[in-house]
Amino acid sequence: MTGAAAQLLQVERLVAGWLQPAHQPVSFTLARGEILALAGPNGAGKSTLLSALAGGGARVFAGNIRRAAALRAGVQTQHPPPVAGLPLSGAELLALTGASPRGLPPWLSACLPRRLDKLSGGQRQYLALWSILQAPADLLLLDEPANHLDKAGLASLPSALRARAAQGAGIVLVLHDAALARTCCDRLLHLEPLP
Amino acid sequence: MTGALSQLALFWSPALTGAALALLLPLLGLYLRLRREHWAALAYGQLGAAGALGALALGLPPLAGGLAASFAVAGAKHRLEKRLPAAGLFPLLFILGWSASLLLTANLPGVERLGAALFEGQLYFAGQEMLAGSAVALIAGGLFLRRAGPLLLLACLCPAHFQSSRLPAWPARAAFDLLAAAALALAVMSLGVMGAFALVFIPPWLAFALAANWRTALVAAPVLALCAHTLAFALALIHDQPFGPVLAAVLGLSALALPLAAAARPGSRRKTGQG
Repeated sequence: MTGAAAQLLQVERLVAGWLQPAHQPVSFTLARGEILALAGPNGAGKSTLLSALAGGGARVFAGNIRRAAALRAGVQTQHPPPVAGLPLSGAELLALTGASPRGLPPWLSACLPRRLDKLSGGQRQYLALWSILQAPADLLLLDEPANHLDKAGLASLPSALRARAAQGAGIVLVLHDAALARTCCDRLLHLEPLP
Repeated sequence: MTGALSQLALFWSPALTGAALALLLPLLGLYLRLRREHWAALAYGQLGAAGALGALALGLPPLAGGLAASFAVAGAKHRLEKRLPAAGLFPLLFILGWSASLLLTANLPGVERLGAALFEGQLYFAGQEMLAGSAVALIAGGLFLRRAGPLLLLACLCPAHFQSSRLPAWPARAAFDLLAAAALALAVMSLGVMGAFALVFIPPWLAFALAANWRTALVAAPVLALCAHTLAFALALIHDQPFGPVLAAVLGLSALALPLAAAARPGSRRKTGQG
């Protein structure tokens, strides 16, 4: 694979925001197999930047984002899927996003036939994360993937991210936990809010 | 009883019309409930009734008027939702549809009979045209939901998936809105407004509460509706009652009995879903 083909994202002096710019200009590139963490204090614009990278609602005020041609992206937002009262099993959620259950931790495999709203919050959150993490995508954008995970989920997260990156996906994630970011990620991009 | 059952053979067209709608409406109801839009069924149905009455008063085919009114609501839905306070659109449209229907019935000569039929649900008057329309709606709806059902689920559960993949979710959503509007306009002509709403609301409500997964819900809701329709059809025929209220009563009593029976099963700790 050539360097150009391996490059998924090229971000140059990007400033994103909703009604107004949310952070200082940032530049970075992301290649296949890389994991980049966005860090910074609350209000630094991490989720906003992720939304702009996803082509979501955030507005690009300056700079530009170049995506690889025919890039397939998977996005996990901070809002968990609204499954309360919905008769949807874990296996059906994975099938919807095209995620393979192969490699799922054994403590979750047994939960796949059960309704998501009958699982614990930690189990549900990990399955929701897995449905995005293992979806057929080149680029994964994960906003606080460690939120609401239980102990077992937190312990499994670094190896799951590493395994997905080893399959060729590039991953950008927002993480509050600096220690977890050091364990999971190849690079850290620190964002500063605008004064 | 035997005489009444032998009469059933004469009613194959209404029976098949009702059966087709009993299979289709709960499927649509599952997706309306998923989108928290089950009140839309009442709005589409009531405005469809008003449109049918208006069309009849103008000398036009009632079904065409009902379809036009329902399509107009489905088409304007997104624009109206943006301009109105949250969660008020469908109850508001239902109220306006109810008001228009009653005022048309009260003030225009020649529409009383249709007005009464739209409220009572006179399935026994359904003819070949209504059967053909219901059969086409069932086949088209089944094929559409088989293809677009996963997209509708994904659009509700992971909307960011569509943003990131640059896939537009709106074609599936808009097509579903039109399908639901057409089916409800068709259904009120034979089942009545509340009979149609009962089929859209009650079987999916029970399936959401009791089904183990989505696949089971897709089977259980139409099967329950078909059983209720068959029972209601026979009861209304035998006792010479209007069909819509009998169907609503059968479904309503099922809605009370099934969750209680499920909860009473030994070892069952399952809760009923949200209303």
